[in-house]
Amino acid sequence: MTVSTSPAAAQPRGGRAPQKLTQLERWKLRGPLLPALVLTVVLTQIPMLVTVYYSFQSRNLLRPEESGFAGFANYGRVFGDEQFRGAVLNTVVLTASTVLLSIVLGIALAVLLDQKFLGRSVVRTLLITPFLVMPAAAALLWKHAMFNPLFGILNWALSPFGVERVDWASQYPMTSIVLMLTWQWTPFMMLIVLAGLQSQSPELLEAAKMDGAGPFKTFWFVTFPQLRQFIELAILLGSIFIVQTFDPIFLITQGGPGQATTNLPYFIYQRTFRAFEVGEAAAAGVIVVIATIVIANFALRVVSSLFREEERA
Amino acid sequence: MRIPHKPHLTRTPHRTRAVVAASVVTVMLASACSGAGGGGADGDTVTIATVANPQMEDIEQLTSVFEEEHPDINVEFVILPENELRDRVTQDIATGSGQYDIVTIGTYETPIWAENGWLTSLDDYASDPDYDVDDLMPPVREALTYEDNLYAVPFYAESSFLMYRTDLFEEAGVTMPERPTWQEVAELAEKLHDPDNDVAGICLRGLAGWGEVLAPLNTVVNTFGGRWYDENWNAQMTSPETMEAVQFYVDLVRDHGETGAANAGFSECLTATSQGNAAMWYDATVAASILEDPDSSDAAGLMGYVPAPVVETEHSGWLWAWSLAIPETSQNKDAAWEFMSWATSKEYIRLVGEELGWTRVPPGSRMSTYEIAEYQEAASAFAGPTLDAIENVDVRRPGLHEQPWVGVQYITIPEFQDLGTRVSQEVSAAIAGNQSVEEAMEKAQQYTEEIAESGGYRDQ
Repeated sequence: MTVSTSPAAAQPRGGRAPQKLTQLERWKLRGPLLPALVLTVVLTQIPMLVTVYYSFQSRNLLRPEESGFAGFANYGRVFGDEQFRGAVLNTVVLTASTVLLSIVLGIALAVLLDQKFLGRSVVRTLLITPFLVMPAAAALLWKHAMFNPLFGILNWALSPFGVERVDWASQYPMTSIVLMLTWQWTPFMMLIVLAGLQSQSPELLEAAKMDGAGPFKTFWFVTFPQLRQFIELAILLGSIFIVQTFDPIFLITQGGPGQATTNLPYFIYQRTFRAFEVGEAAAAGVIVVIATIVIANFALRVVSSLFREEERA
Repeated sequence: MRIPHKPHLTRTPHRTRAVVAASVVTVMLASACSGAGGGGADGDTVTIATVANPQMEDIEQLTSVFEEEHPDINVEFVILPENELRDRVTQDIATGSGQYDIVTIGTYETPIWAENGWLTSLDDYASDPDYDVDDLMPPVREALTYEDNLYAVPFYAESSFLMYRTDLFEEAGVTMPERPTWQEVAELAEKLHDPDNDVAGICLRGLAGWGEVLAPLNTVVNTFGGRWYDENWNAQMTSPETMEAVQFYVDLVRDHGETGAANAGFSECLTATSQGNAAMWYDATVAASILEDPDSSDAAGLMGYVPAPVVETEHSGWLWAWSLAIPETSQNKDAAWEFMSWATSKEYIRLVGEELGWTRVPPGSRMSTYEIAEYQEAASAFAGPTLDAIENVDVRRPGLHEQPWVGVQYITIPEFQDLGTRVSQEVSAAIAGNQSVEEAMEKAQQYTEEIAESGGYRDQ
């Protein structure tokens, strides 16, 4: 991907004469960037600080007279809430299965698209389309056109196999959401993997052929190891986005039936806008942010290892 | 209550901008050459937050008439889907930011917000004889009153009734009783249920949400003699009567209801009924005006209407009214009332009838609406049953027991949105078949108990 080129390009400039700048010169260079830095810090950190503040307050918008410092009570309530633990589990299941399915399909489609055939660009455009549809529109499309038990396409397509009147969104709520998200995220995975496939050197493939490797062996022993970093990147970026899924859950199942599809974003939404429990929602938000930071740190480490290997190559 | 809606963006009429620009220029001129005299009235701008329902969209269209009569008042609309409206308006008022001069709220919010001191009492305004406050439907007026003060005026109101397809009834050789009981309805549903032809016996909401499945279900619970809390706020979700009612509802919708019931709300049932996929539908009275519209409904002219089915009580309809209120934070209360009183007046109802058609008149707010000959004729199929349904609601005691709150299909406590959502999710899961009614109601009992504790209702 294009991302990998920028650190390499920055290398020679930084290596020219870093220590010859005086303190003043350095600040002259940095000075013009300071307003942007301050603005970024203000815009990103103040909402976060306000959230942290509220997470220690007992505040319900609908009961204005009772608010005050709550200590860790909100955190206690959130962790003690069975629905919150259910939401964590649902988020993990939803994210893991969607990422797994879409990466597998993405690799398969990318390998197909890497071949030369007539109408390849048309096929590529069509395959990318699901990713370009607005999430809310896609959710409604799936709710009505695909999952509807009476006139949904899914039941119609499966009817020759004896499947009849399956009410997807209520009988298999999690499967339905995963199915819809996989449809939406496969193109994303496919694009990243495709970039990886197209960046491998033709010489290497030719050498493999010369050594007598068939297409399958070539893929497994030559292409796949090279693709590994691209796949890791796709999985990490995909996970970060899919954890935040809200639209299909809100529009297709309303987190239900029961709590079957309530994930963390939907849980926080409910605490904020159904219960107007500002404190509890803020606490849940802080917990999610901390968890995300941990995962993102891990993500960045893997991505930077990817950069390092690029530089070595 | 739940009308299929399309989201709208804030509309800033050109006139407003022109007026703002003009007043800015005026101020600049005035300060430049001091003593140039008052540069014309810059006018009050009234911002109204409202729900994206057809009736509310009509009012936006007709506001030019009001603005012509009141050149000094400009009206700006913020039209939002129901849930988003509730979120935004609650935040705005609770944080005191005072963005809106008029807010659209329901019968649920009005007493709670009045108690919080968020709303302006309308008694002085509404006592103006021209407004004729006594013409407002009594149950609606009662639901919008808190401690003998009126805090909101109804734009339109609804109850619930049973709608059925007369042609399908004839074909099946069955008749609908004039005042059906739920047992009779269940028998009829069994006879009319015809999955091979994609016709469900009855369409009932099953979608999670306090304003979705709980609205019809609560009326069933009331009429079975069940309740959420007793007089001392002890949760009654696992009492025999409540359990029986929920079990009845879940069985009925699972056995003879629409396919995909656990995800069907007002919109889904409206689609099913208007496309001929349901023989009966128990829901809001406003649904009738859409079902009777031949442009959007195959069932137009084929529908019959009877009161909400009962078991132990005389009546069992719910009550809801989208109403207009002035937040305490408004800076333009007088101008806001000018607009509100116009929008909820008899003249406005006539205006809608004459300009947009009589079936589009906002129903259920004023008794005089039902005396208009043109309306009686245009809405002959449903006007009478709607009026009856609304008049027969007792918001203080809809079930068999005394209740320490006012309201039929909801409990008037701030926590109910959250509690109702949680309970509705459990019921919805029972309708989907993912758990038994016992399991669902045991969890519901637990949530309900918790709220009684945490809200401090027991101490009162």
